[in-house]
Amino acid sequence: MTIRTEPVTVNIGPQHPSTHGVFRLRVTFDGEVVVQVEPVFGYLHRGTEKLAEERNYVQVVTLTDRLDYVSSMTNNQAYCLAVEKLLEVEPPPRGKYLRTITAELQRIASHLVGVGFFLQELGTFGGTPLMYCFRSRERILDLFEMLCGARITVSYMRPGGVFADAPADFWPALATFLNAFPGELAELEQLILENEILMVRTRGVSPLPLDLAINCSVSGPVLRASGLAWDWRKVDPYDAYDKVEFQVPVGSNGDNYDRFWVRMQEVRQSLSIVRQCIAQIEPGPVRLPDLPLVLRAAPGKEAYGRIEAPRGELGFYLVSDGGVSPYRCKIRSPSLINLTVTEHLLVGWKLADMIVTLGSVDINMGEVDR
Amino acid sequence: MYGLQMVRGLLVTLKNLTRKPFTVQYPEERLPQHPRFRGEEFVWYEERCTGCASCAKYCPLGIIKIVTSPSGTAVPQGDKYRLEVFDIEIARCMFCGLCVEACPYDALFMGSGFEQGRYSRRDLVIPIQQLRESDKRPSTWFRPQLEEAKYNPHLGQPVDWKQAGRESWRWHQREKAGLRLDSHPADSNVPDETEKPTQANALPEGPVQGAR
Repeated sequence: MTIRTEPVTVNIGPQHPSTHGVFRLRVTFDGEVVVQVEPVFGYLHRGTEKLAEERNYVQVVTLTDRLDYVSSMTNNQAYCLAVEKLLEVEPPPRGKYLRTITAELQRIASHLVGVGFFLQELGTFGGTPLMYCFRSRERILDLFEMLCGARITVSYMRPGGVFADAPADFWPALATFLNAFPGELAELEQLILENEILMVRTRGVSPLPLDLAINCSVSGPVLRASGLAWDWRKVDPYDAYDKVEFQVPVGSNGDNYDRFWVRMQEVRQSLSIVRQCIAQIEPGPVRLPDLPLVLRAAPGKEAYGRIEAPRGELGFYLVSDGGVSPYRCKIRSPSLINLTVTEHLLVGWKLADMIVTLGSVDINMGEVDR
Repeated sequence: MYGLQMVRGLLVTLKNLTRKPFTVQYPEERLPQHPRFRGEEFVWYEERCTGCASCAKYCPLGIIKIVTSPSGTAVPQGDKYRLEVFDIEIARCMFCGLCVEACPYDALFMGSGFEQGRYSRRDLVIPIQQLRESDKRPSTWFRPQLEEAKYNPHLGQPVDWKQAGRESWRWHQREKAGLRLDSHPADSNVPDETEKPTQANALPEGPVQGAR
């Protein structure tokens, strides 16, 4: 006698705690093995691109905070670079350095969230590594509050620089953080980086071949884990990245462990960048003084500003018609593009690896749906 | 050896077992807030406000409602308005602070509150009367003059309208000197330091071309 079997379709999300927001996966299982995956998104769609068309250039900065809410600073930076290209202006050097420092701090905070939730989805020790990550992230958010009055929705940068110089007590606080954080990072690495259970669960699971990654135009740590040292900070330096030295960590076979490992190494590189920026920064203006509050670009001008955000290449494509607001604002968000490889990553692997793989890609729904 | 790294990892958890907790029991314990914190309960100085509604125009959400009427003073300069309605609907406010950035007279400041819970939606609109009477402890966000004075809204005293603004504003100087707003800047002998360096910079060193 044979048992009659049939594939089962399961909805994971949109209200699932480990899908990083309101993300829905319609998965068909054959027993425990994934045979078909269909990502469904759009639950967090707010029409940011359309809203940007009826706000002036500075007001859009507040919208960009809400795209990838785990790394608002880098969203600000990408947008401001696009507007500066549109207006053909360049911020003063101190503004550039402040942007670089805050963007790297934000990268550390974002990677800590990514790594923490990745480990949480593996079921590590009831959330202990996540809490360690959040402890360090809390210090960075505290620095942001000191700098710009908010922790998540920062709105710190403006076209032409940053809104204000750092307060006097920011620099000692940053030095305290830079002294304390390497110890916490070493603790986290000792706790988990070479743990045997982690290795068994993640090594060789859901590898992403490099040619597929390139063809799907994947970027960020997911691409670098597959073995290509492609980083816009190196390839096309913006702000103060051409004045600092850092390495681009690269994985070998693009499995879950490599994606996790690349993020851990990037945190160390970001720390080194922040240190170099502090050594190089000089007093001076932080914002172009002659830019008016309401900006206008020449009609018919277009600009594409891109940065290496923590999740990959984040780009803003702006078209001007000469008015006070952009005629068109297109956002190239890394999370959405990285999601296109979901099917290749998940099909053929087990249910238990599915959520972990999704965590290792580190998507953010605020940016996917925008 | 298999399991060695796990033991190393567990040593970390053992070390943390003896540490004090990092978390804060919020309603009883409170973390110190930074002076730049952008929060609710805006601080507004009616004496400084001209009713220009720059804040309302610059708000990305359009939640500031201003109704003015002519006050009859300083007519050649475009009238200093009398304010009748100045409602800030903080239910939709995202505390970006662009209204404060847009205010040319330092009349509007961010506050420091964050406990926004109300029993009624109507209470989420700050009316003009509440703005007039509220505690004047402004946040130092986008107000470098307060930062230079090392003001902290959580520790310091309330700030009155004369201390709050930038001293170099011509508007404020002439009002302090008892001059009417409709007198021309050249007529008043109030020293204006802001214009001297720009004039010096504007003078080219080479031969001057064109009419001056």
